[in-house]
Amino acid sequence: MSEPRTSAPRERVVAAIDQGTTSTRCLLFSRSGRMLAVAQREHRQHYPEPGRVEHDAEEIWRNVARVVPEALRRAGLEPENIVALGIANQRETTVIWNRHTGAPLARAITWQDTRTGPIVARLVEEGLGPLYASTSGFGPATYFAGPRLRWLLDHVPGARAGAEAGDVLFGTMESWLIWRLTGGPGRGVHVTDVTNASRTMLMDLRTLEWSPKLLAALRVPERMLPEIRSNAEIYGVCTEVLPGVPVAGALGDQQAALVGQTCFAPGEVKCTYGTGAFLLKNTGARIGGSAQGLIPTVGYLVGERPVYALEGSIAVTGSLVQWFRDSLGMIGTAAQIETLAMTVPDNGGCYVVPAFSGLYAPHWQANARGVIVGLTSYITRGHLARAVLEATAWQTREVVDAMNAESGIPVTRLKADGGMTADHLLMQYVADVLDVPVERPLGSEAVSLGAAYVAGLAVGHWPDLEVLRANWHRAAMWEPEMADGVRERERENWARAVARSYDWVR
Amino acid sequence: MPGAIQSVERAAAILRLLGGAGRPLALAELAAALDLPRPTVHGLVRTLRDEGLVDQDRTTALYRPGAGLRRLGGGWDRHDLRSRAMNWADALAGGTGCAVYLAAPVGTVASLVHHVFRPDGSPQTLRTNTEQPLHATAWGKCLLAFAPVATPPARELELRRYTGRTASTVAMLEAHLAAARARGMATDVGEFETGVGGAAVPLRSGGGLTVAALGIAAPVEELFGGGGEPRRHLAEQLQHAGREISASLVTSR
Repeated sequence: MSEPRTSAPRERVVAAIDQGTTSTRCLLFSRSGRMLAVAQREHRQHYPEPGRVEHDAEEIWRNVARVVPEALRRAGLEPENIVALGIANQRETTVIWNRHTGAPLARAITWQDTRTGPIVARLVEEGLGPLYASTSGFGPATYFAGPRLRWLLDHVPGARAGAEAGDVLFGTMESWLIWRLTGGPGRGVHVTDVTNASRTMLMDLRTLEWSPKLLAALRVPERMLPEIRSNAEIYGVCTEVLPGVPVAGALGDQQAALVGQTCFAPGEVKCTYGTGAFLLKNTGARIGGSAQGLIPTVGYLVGERPVYALEGSIAVTGSLVQWFRDSLGMIGTAAQIETLAMTVPDNGGCYVVPAFSGLYAPHWQANARGVIVGLTSYITRGHLARAVLEATAWQTREVVDAMNAESGIPVTRLKADGGMTADHLLMQYVADVLDVPVERPLGSEAVSLGAAYVAGLAVGHWPDLEVLRANWHRAAMWEPEMADGVRERERENWARAVARSYDWVR
Repeated sequence: MPGAIQSVERAAAILRLLGGAGRPLALAELAAALDLPRPTVHGLVRTLRDEGLVDQDRTTALYRPGAGLRRLGGGWDRHDLRSRAMNWADALAGGTGCAVYLAAPVGTVASLVHHVFRPDGSPQTLRTNTEQPLHATAWGKCLLAFAPVATPPARELELRRYTGRTASTVAMLEAHLAAARARGMATDVGEFETGVGGAAVPLRSGGGLTVAALGIAAPVEELFGGGGEPRRHLAEQLQHAGREISASLVTSR
């Protein structure tokens, strides 16, 4: 019953590079947002000292050059089929390189690296906290790229002199990759996008330009910085890897997921559940407040006006399940935690607070450490499995509560993505404790899809954001089922457990 | 009658060694104990590991009896199955426009391990962990046809008549199962819910054992063509997804 084929028009697809913490992937998407192929390569994690985590930017570039042709091969497509290339990247990872040779001056310092503690402490001691908070949106923290750049300028031989002479360039991973893709030494385009720039602690969140005051406070030479651009525009044309294809979009990974989940209306929230979890709420033209321990950031800039977002990050979610598997040996695979948890009807009064390296939003308690409370002889492995899953749900609730308090307008549904959405028991529990429906989109690749979307918008492959909404399909929805009394009792128990984790490190 | 198969004997010896040692063993220790070259033992122990009968420590590379030995006959963990199948199930729903189900046999019913909504924006309720009759659904009949040890024989089932099309006699059900085996795919032409059709293929793990059924559901007239056969483009996508998921079940757990 095959239908007669007229000469098929050339298939036109968008390529996305997802440059993540552990791997680099290339995904190809059709116009309806369907994933056609994926290729992936992991890169090495370098741990030179405790608290330090580095990546080899050159290795990551080589991986890009491998995964893109591999994805094309798997889809049976040629570079001519690619209308645009978009990039989503691990945020806040910092690299400096020589503009004449293309060689990085040092390994990239990743977002998990905490070596900049003394630099941040000095900024706070000097009373610069309020300046950073009012300009960049948040006070100094080791989380962001600016202090890492300062560390590189201070410690890498030749870095400062080279930067001042205009020989050394700075970038987060998207800058580095765009510069290499567009020709590198002599030709490469040196740009960043507003979302990645908003994570440097160097950009004015209102003007979306580098702030001379913040640069001066961290002694960063402006001429080494990339130009800040919107998320959807043609930055340049590839001369490497995909010759002739425009590089037309870039986003930090969490903002990319916001776009991939089509959270285009103020108040819409997405949560990406991975090793940690990241909630981003669209706040429209309004810059959210950081009083609740949340981070105001740029959501995306497509066209003229920026859309802001409020971000709540949770350090330990999926990694708690990994710990339960690898360090405690309670389960053989991450998925089996659901099986174990289903052997009991509830947590039996047991709570796990995974403050392994302090607590992030909304507590920001660096001296907290993990606790397991409520242990009795009644508690089994099944109860512990429940408590491990529930910790992710309650941490989500804390961030959503902070978001609700910040705006006064409650979140009415949560769009979830990421690996942990495979756990239906967990997703049901998240819906139960939030008391709002939780939805999962078809296809779990929200990050890469967001990068493809902005690149496709830039070249007119898609006309506007509203068209993309039609590509979002609900794959599952979990409705709240928990009785109000139970929810309130459990919330109080969780809060008491969290209080016990505070100030453990002295 | 042919003699004993040497590699099976050796695999059994490895399992006895690991079970009796009381501590994890290195490859060199296994090779020495069996008086065999290391590459030979490595091939055997790696196959046992891929089958889940031997575990290897991630950091020390030492071997110990696998979790799979304790649940011989227990088959795959249902949530491992969902996790392996999830991306392909999403792709299948996206490609066919149908709802997608993953079902495993539990006693006398098919238990739904996973459910992906039909991507048309219509209101739907998640059916994960609900139970459906083996004799009246595509996934149930797929399990009866392809996993005869894990499911009861047709004559022991209560063949309740859900619709006018339900196979409500043993003879009728046996005919459906024979057709499913011949086609490699079970179908439901509105036998459980009037007007709602289904098609399902077996998911096979190592050695070809059927561990679950992968199915698509849609209105009968959408799913089936004139001759009562599933439409070809839908059947092909279902079979492709089934093969890909099965391949992921054969490689290391």
